[in-house]
Amino acid sequence: MGPSHPATHGVLRVVLELDGETVVSCRPDLGYLHRGMEKIAENRTYLQFIPYTDRMDYLSPLSANVGFALAVERLLGIEVPARCEVLRVICCELARIGSHLVWLGTSALDLGAATMFFHTFKDREWHYDLIEDLTGARLTTSYTRVGGVAHDATAEWLKRLREFVDAMPDRIDDYEALLTKNTIWLKRTQGVGRLPAAEALSYGVTGPVLRASGVCYDVRKAKPYSGYQNYDFEIPVGTEGDVYDRYLVRIEEMRQSVSILDQALKTIPAGPVNVDDPKIFLPVKSKVLSSMEALIHQFMIVTEGFSCPAGEIYVATEVPKGELGFYIVSEGGKSPYRCRIRSSAFNNLASLTRQVEGELVADVIACIGSIDPVMGEVDR
Amino acid sequence: MAEGAQAVLRLQSRFADAVEETGSYRDQHWAVIDGSRWLEVARWLRDDESTDFNVLVDITAVHWPHRDPPMEIVAHLYSHSRNDGLRLKARVGDAGPIASLTSLWSSADWNEREAFDMFGIVFTGHPDLRRILMPEDYTDHPLRKELPLYRG
Repeated sequence: MGPSHPATHGVLRVVLELDGETVVSCRPDLGYLHRGMEKIAENRTYLQFIPYTDRMDYLSPLSANVGFALAVERLLGIEVPARCEVLRVICCELARIGSHLVWLGTSALDLGAATMFFHTFKDREWHYDLIEDLTGARLTTSYTRVGGVAHDATAEWLKRLREFVDAMPDRIDDYEALLTKNTIWLKRTQGVGRLPAAEALSYGVTGPVLRASGVCYDVRKAKPYSGYQNYDFEIPVGTEGDVYDRYLVRIEEMRQSVSILDQALKTIPAGPVNVDDPKIFLPVKSKVLSSMEALIHQFMIVTEGFSCPAGEIYVATEVPKGELGFYIVSEGGKSPYRCRIRSSAFNNLASLTRQVEGELVADVIACIGSIDPVMGEVDR
Repeated sequence: MAEGAQAVLRLQSRFADAVEETGSYRDQHWAVIDGSRWLEVARWLRDDESTDFNVLVDITAVHWPHRDPPMEIVAHLYSHSRNDGLRLKARVGDAGPIASLTSLWSSADWNEREAFDMFGIVFTGHPDLRRILMPEDYTDHPLRKELPLYRG
């Protein structure tokens, strides 16, 4: 099954052995989107690697941008200003909503519920408009920088985000009206792909799949970053660990993300948005053309890059799929010596075999959709 | 916020002869242990109440060609009950070997396959050690330092 298949969510190949309609064995075959990002990272400066993070989970590029920037900042031992933290939280939650909208539309479409797809992708266009206005691109955002973000958000943009935030709760109600109590949906998803909590933990599963299995773990609560401890939000947890619970968990996560965005908009402080360190952060362009020091700093950072002290760090963030970790080993140079990307979807996808062996082939589709893998992050 | 500090101390008291080195950076602690004790130590870290590392978050490797031994296996463990992490390392020869942790955590399966694919490390006891990202007929181990990023 795959790698070119409408329901494999990217270039995933699954080798299925069937007995009639029952799955006897299931072996995912990865690597169709492997681009050697970890090797590339060893040959790029920290600034140059940021665009590669867009292309990992390409449905929520902002989350990976934030994750990588945070890892390098912790390696450097620097902190960003408060306004930057709030902006990053806004980016992460917008990315979460965007990713869950794709998941909702496509996993419903896979099971035949085409209407959902049209609704969620329409709202996704709205979310893309916001992201494009903020960062300049829909997918290739490269919005964060080490020590801050590429540019500040305008008051105008924050007002438009407010419109989106105010409209979303009703939109999510509309989505739920389509599926949550729909007999066909319930029959296709309840009891399907059951993953007990202990096995989910053993597979290193994180994110909505783990939470649907009953384990309340979310990096935003366990190891808060970028000021997440200042927001009031809940972590939805399921009980059955089946596809239906994963659906319920992600729907509720969208509601919680909207709530976080609402709080962020209410509490975003004025002030600088980037760290004031000319050796690390690119100077304002207007200064580059008028100040000799700024010109030199611009030149040095772009052509050579800055160095990180020798050391190593593991920083995890809660991306829409689960725990994305960056393990960066530095030898004191301009590039990482080793940049290991602990992919959330890679570990989640490993549990597919456990979910579908012994089940029906139609359930494979439901399970893949509910795991919500993005091959860009799985294969890197 | 010293992640892993307490676990390292417990490790040192329980496996004094197996812990080769310890360290920390930015409040994250690690222990380097004797590669031949890898499975035993990992099992104790998972099962002992004082450490209770029930999740193998990641397992990977770092290649240090100028060091002897050159291959560093790095595992990140996490304990839900204690909300604590630990970095566990072992230094082995070029192709290992080192014990597979698949008997302890299923997440070791694919991650060890990737380490084998990228570095050539053999994990003894792994049920299905073959490439996972590169094609089956590929012959190199790309993340090794002597392999250039570009060829030709």
